[in-house]
Amino acid sequence: MAILDKHAILEKNVTLLAIFAFLVVTVGGIVQIAPLFWLENTIEDVEGMRPYSPLELAGRDIYIREGCYVCHSQMIRPMRDEVERYGHYSLAAESKYDHPFQWGSKRTGPDLARVGGRYSDEWHIQHLRDPQSVVPESVMPKYGFLENRLIDGEHVADLLKTHRLVGVPYTDEMIEAARADFRAQIDPDGDIDGLLARYPKAQVRNFDGQPGISEADALIAYLQMLGTLVDFSTFTPVPSR
Amino acid sequence: MAKKPQQKTKEVETTGHSWDGIEEYNNPLPRWWVWVFYATIVWGIWYVIAYPAWPLVNQATAGYKGWSTRANVAAEIEAAREANADINARLVSAELEAIPADPELNAYAVSAGGAVFRTWCAQCHGSGAAGVKAGGYPNLLDNDWLWGGTLEEIHTTITHGIRNETDPDARWSQMPAFGEMLEPAEIDQVVNYVMSLSGTPQDAQAAAAGEQIYLDNCAVCHGDAGEGDIYQGAPNLADAIWLYGGDYDTIRETVTNSRFGIMPPMGGADLSEAEIRAVTVYVHQLGGGE
Repeated sequence: MAILDKHAILEKNVTLLAIFAFLVVTVGGIVQIAPLFWLENTIEDVEGMRPYSPLELAGRDIYIREGCYVCHSQMIRPMRDEVERYGHYSLAAESKYDHPFQWGSKRTGPDLARVGGRYSDEWHIQHLRDPQSVVPESVMPKYGFLENRLIDGEHVADLLKTHRLVGVPYTDEMIEAARADFRAQIDPDGDIDGLLARYPKAQVRNFDGQPGISEADALIAYLQMLGTLVDFSTFTPVPSR
Repeated sequence: MAKKPQQKTKEVETTGHSWDGIEEYNNPLPRWWVWVFYATIVWGIWYVIAYPAWPLVNQATAGYKGWSTRANVAAEIEAAREANADINARLVSAELEAIPADPELNAYAVSAGGAVFRTWCAQCHGSGAAGVKAGGYPNLLDNDWLWGGTLEEIHTTITHGIRNETDPDARWSQMPAFGEMLEPAEIDQVVNYVMSLSGTPQDAQAAAAGEQIYLDNCAVCHGDAGEGDIYQGAPNLADAIWLYGGDYDTIRETVTNSRFGIMPPMGGADLSEAEIRAVTVYVHQLGGGE
């Protein structure tokens, strides 16, 4: 019992208690956090993943601002019912450029991890304006105002820089061209070669069908690319992950 | 004054701790509790060995059972596919027109097709398939078909879609925007005439004047009597069933700017042939199948 008696020394000295408590927490932290830097079997490298284009990233910000994640998850779990309804289960790599990730924790509405390409742009516009007109049982609020709020992409380069700061591999070239790319993505007749070289598989069109770049344009550009980057016809999952 | 605690039996000792004269018995834990506790420890050790557990430097321990969520879901999907393989093969090889006559195949197709419909079609056509007028998504319950309501035609529409750029075989037609070709007064007349085909025009005089404009511009696709043409997806204008709405303003909008409803192709990557056939049969039996 000698060692337990010594415990009284810590219990009676607040400075020592703080120091030793910190040491204990440090050990726990190292055990939990350190392996994440070297673990190879959680995040696999997947072909096709790229950072978000400036317009998609702006749309993602609107997604977060409007709190879409409160009712929509972006995480298809490896279960048969989810895979058959939503598509291939989500891979860790598919949200590696998400800061913060949008996995969500509650599905009042459906999962959106692979919503890209499932619906037409016209459907999205109609659905944002009046969700109940296309899905009568829906409880989603109306987001028609997004169409009327034009955005000019003035700060989109800063947005890219911020994401680079937390580890998204945006190059200097991408940041320099950010505002031009932001505008180019809604104009299929414009010069889009640079945009497509920087962001392969980016979808270029006037998403809301109206002149100008509205928040609805950005949001739909984001929704339409969700889950479309990885080509699952050539992807072989490693079962041990 | 605190009374000294009365000990019932001499065997039970106190823990020896004493705060302000309050002491604590040191009763042994119930035997069953102790054994359950030991059992959980043993189970915990087995669990750590059996299943993926400890994150080491590069990998987590895999566990001797080789358990994997990914392998499980793949096996589950494979098992479901295998269980349905026979009947799916029958569904794919059968003549489309013969499926409704085969009770077993028909029952399977309708229930499997219903699941496909609720996953892939309900968002636009509605979970009850009644369509959405505001978006121009057609009602599939009635017998008014834009592109034909036989099993064969429904199958083609579902496989290739309508007016999409993904599938070169998509059904395709485009109504001109008559706002660029006709004077506003002429549009007013032709809209009234179209309304008169299935009911009451807003303005009978304008409707009479619109007949010639209709015959010159619209009849080539929609037919002289407004009966429509499923080979061009030209809607029937005389049956009082409207895709976007039959009031004056909506028809005027349609004539002026035209419409361009899109349906994505479901063939290819999205649905298998068996699933497409199942949902074809499902849609066909909803009420309007020909």
